[in-house]
Amino acid sequence: MMQLCGIELHPCLSGAAWLPAYGALLVADLHLEKGSARAHRGVQLPPYDTRAGLAALDAAITRWKPDRVILLGDSFHDGGGPERMDASDRAMLDAIGARTELTWISGNHDPDLPHDLPGLHARELALGPLTLRHEPTVKAAAEIAGHLHPAAAIVRRGRKVRAKCFVLSPNRLILPAFGAYTGGLDVRHEAFRPLLPGDAFRVVMVGRSSLHVLPGRAVL
Amino acid sequence: MDDRVRQELDSTVRLPEPFAGWFASRGWQPRPHQLAMHAQVSAGKSALLIAPTGGGKTLAGFLPSLVELSQGAAGKGLHTLYVSPLRALAVDIARNLEAPVAEMGLPIRIESRTGDTPAHKRQRQKTNPPDILITTPEQVSLLMAQEGAKHYFANLKTIILDELHALAPTKRGCLLALAIARLEKLAPGLKRVGLSATVARPDSLRAWLMPQREADVEDMASFVEARGGADPDIAILSPAEERMPWSGHSAVYALPALYEAIKAAHMALIFTNTRSQAERLFHELWTINEDALPIALHHGSLDVSQRRKVEAAMAAGSLRAVVCTSTLDLGIDWGDVDLVINVGAPKGSSRILQRIGRANHRYDEPSRALLVPANRFEVLECEAARAAAQDGAQDAEGPVELKRDVLAQHILGCAVAGPFHPDELHAEITAAWPYRNLTREDFDQAVDFVSTGGYALKAYERYAKLKSMPDGRLRLAHPRLAQAWRMNAGTIVEAEMIKVRLASQRKSSAGRPLQNWGGKVLGEVEEWFIEQLSAGDTFLFAGQVLRLEAVEELNAYVSRSSATEPMIPSYQGGKFPLSTYLASRVRQMLAEPASWGSLPAQVRDWLNVQRWKSALPRPDEMLVETFPRASKHYLVCYPFDGRLAHQTLGMLLTRRLERAGMKPLGFVCNDYALSVWCVRDLSLAIETGHLSLAQLFDEDMLGDDLDAWLAESMLMKRTFRTCAIIAGLIERRWPGQEKSGRQMTVSADLIYDVLRSHQRDHWLLKAAWDDAASGLIDARRLAQMLARIRGHIIHKPLDAVSPLAVPVMLEIGREPVYGEANDALLAEAARDLESELIGEAMRLV
Repeated sequence: MMQLCGIELHPCLSGAAWLPAYGALLVADLHLEKGSARAHRGVQLPPYDTRAGLAALDAAITRWKPDRVILLGDSFHDGGGPERMDASDRAMLDAIGARTELTWISGNHDPDLPHDLPGLHARELALGPLTLRHEPTVKAAAEIAGHLHPAAAIVRRGRKVRAKCFVLSPNRLILPAFGAYTGGLDVRHEAFRPLLPGDAFRVVMVGRSSLHVLPGRAVL
Repeated sequence: MDDRVRQELDSTVRLPEPFAGWFASRGWQPRPHQLAMHAQVSAGKSALLIAPTGGGKTLAGFLPSLVELSQGAAGKGLHTLYVSPLRALAVDIARNLEAPVAEMGLPIRIESRTGDTPAHKRQRQKTNPPDILITTPEQVSLLMAQEGAKHYFANLKTIILDELHALAPTKRGCLLALAIARLEKLAPGLKRVGLSATVARPDSLRAWLMPQREADVEDMASFVEARGGADPDIAILSPAEERMPWSGHSAVYALPALYEAIKAAHMALIFTNTRSQAERLFHELWTINEDALPIALHHGSLDVSQRRKVEAAMAAGSLRAVVCTSTLDLGIDWGDVDLVINVGAPKGSSRILQRIGRANHRYDEPSRALLVPANRFEVLECEAARAAAQDGAQDAEGPVELKRDVLAQHILGCAVAGPFHPDELHAEITAAWPYRNLTREDFDQAVDFVSTGGYALKAYERYAKLKSMPDGRLRLAHPRLAQAWRMNAGTIVEAEMIKVRLASQRKSSAGRPLQNWGGKVLGEVEEWFIEQLSAGDTFLFAGQVLRLEAVEELNAYVSRSSATEPMIPSYQGGKFPLSTYLASRVRQMLAEPASWGSLPAQVRDWLNVQRWKSALPRPDEMLVETFPRASKHYLVCYPFDGRLAHQTLGMLLTRRLERAGMKPLGFVCNDYALSVWCVRDLSLAIETGHLSLAQLFDEDMLGDDLDAWLAESMLMKRTFRTCAIIAGLIERRWPGQEKSGRQMTVSADLIYDVLRSHQRDHWLLKAAWDDAASGLIDARRLAQMLARIRGHIIHKPLDAVSPLAVPVMLEIGREPVYGEANDALLAEAARDLESELIGEAMRLV
């Protein structure tokens, strides 16, 4: 359990975050239909990433039984994603939407999702003192965001380990990417620099079977 | 009548003018096999020529075409296509051929075309084709798919395939076979001329060359075999004074004798099995090179310009010796080599014959060769190779078949060439020998894969790359797919060298990208070695026990391990596993003390003590020894099936011993034996019936255990990546392209994971599995071995290590050393271990 601006939050092994005070489960960057995104260019990756991502989401919902699930943008890899979805995957998504309320926050990959997707649509969302949005903003007072696909590497006893991670600073939580075909961007990448001045942050690294909280200075 | 044509039958054949005159003007006689090839091909037949190097093979291949072209066929479009796997040689071959053509004043245009040929020249070749085009397999695929191919190849009469013995066992050969099947359609009755070194089964190459039209009858090309020249004169170096090493591959003990042999020769080629052996030997030779003999080095990691310099110096006769690797196995001859020295194990009889053939190109004089075994087992291997070479016996490495990734690439290439009807294309493809057994169902799955990915989930119907036409044909859905196909054509996915980096404790400054991280580079190791490891495995490298943490891009991140012995053996013998054929000869020799007469006395003693202390298995038996040593319990077995198969066996045995509660700690292997060590007493467990050797070595280990190991292994992911690139599922990496290697590697791994968990029976996973089974894990050979030894395992519980076990036991704690500074320490440690083991093994009381 951790806190952000006094709000209790639980990072999960799946890459989701659970906010019990609001009954809200947060996930970022599902990138659904990434596998099929370049199919029109002749690149036909196995189209199973959507069901892999939805199955993981479904498992997280079963675990936490949230009132609402908030998807922090780039839920689809591109605007054409919902239309490309296989009917069985769409049925799975609809079933999830029937179990719990979904809120689709728009991301740079999916700015205008079709409104026939189950749930609500928003550009940003306020939960108490927190603003939920896709891209972290430098001047935010208190926010939860995704977009950057954070990953971190550490060395312990001569061993280097790299994994997706949550990044927690005094006023911000950045979620790891949830999707099956998503890679990670290292938190030392310059894209993070304006958001994480100094080492005043912690990372929660997502291992195979457990999470590991580490101070920013321990991160390579 | 037998369609094999011996050159003797054709001694009456004469060459027409100006060829006869040209030969005579140089004081040459056309060789019988050159005349025989001329007779066969002029009569409209396809033919396979098997001739040793130096037999005028290339000219024999070209002669029929040159004659035809000199008699009015020239200037009417492309007449002859010559294909060699060696791109660098295309220009040389064109030049070598132009000389006689010019001297005879023939109106024949000869040009070369490779990936390096500039676009304007290619364009000109297209509009105004030469009579003879010299090119590579990849270019043939590109040419058959280009617009106007029908017209371009309309006049093609002959295709000449050089180094066919080297091409046919590869995916490149499969792709070429498919391209030729297409050429047959464009130029019906195309004559095929195959040029090959000696092979075990010429009939498989004769069939490979020909269109296969009926299921049960193999059509074969005519066969011309050059007289083998004089028998090679092969000696095995055995310095009586020096102690024959028990293990290792450096042959340092033999250096003085080796140096004397070089001094006595005019020019010597010194072959080694690995680059590091070549570097080491070259270095050692120069430390004793008191006469300052010009000795050079030649291997694949050297810069091209450096290699060309060495080749030129050889040709100019200014060198006395060249230390080299397999880079000089094939290709044209530079200089007047009169002695071939092979340092280390020969590994296969075909390889050693090919290498010996590099010496002495005066065909009727014997090639002189010196085999230098680096250790005791290699003495046996050298003896077996000498006997095999004298019998002219070859390894049976045959052509590969049914490579599915290659098939997928070709099918798309055919669509690039123009619409095709599946019925017709299936018939066309099954005429290619490697695909003669391709079922219609498998073919349809390939077409489905090419078009929509072949997924159970029909996601890509809308984006199908192939569109149906009303007449049942399939056409390419979009022209840009053709461009993508051209960029990805070919089957060569470069084996990468991986940098071994010590994961750093050092904190890097914020903002540095990840790929610049990591500590000191310890050295470079072939990617395929790292492929065999899972994260957490320990191995020995540069003199220390390292633990693999992660592989990212082209870096293997490692940490120092506190373990004193590595879990995973590393590979030091070289890239080539001991061939099945040579292995069987070694087994035979071990079992027959009567055949030991030619062995050095110390090797005979070694085997005699083994017979007395343990046993020497019969050729069909496998010996298993168990013994305690230093509070561990060892199991050593001797399958003689090559390191790759032994490594896989080691991985699988370790799993089984774990389940049997024996607590295995690690294993090592070499080409001959495998040693596994455990906490529990193996002899006791076997004698009390708690552990059954028959069950331990049961063939069922190739089922679930292998599958489970593979699933965790990076090997399968890398094999899958190669298949995915060749099949066009993921795009090839190009230098300077935005898509970096790391991004691609990551995505190939993620794709593999997702595909494996959602469609385990996917067509491309099957392709990758087949490749892995015959490739890096050598499961096929392991399966043959397990079948061979069933019911023939003999167990010897011993009190201590046996003489035969010493070499493999010495692998524990040995490594190829890339850093010079570590050599001394390692040699010292190894010496201590060695004297202790040998004392124990050879003690007679």
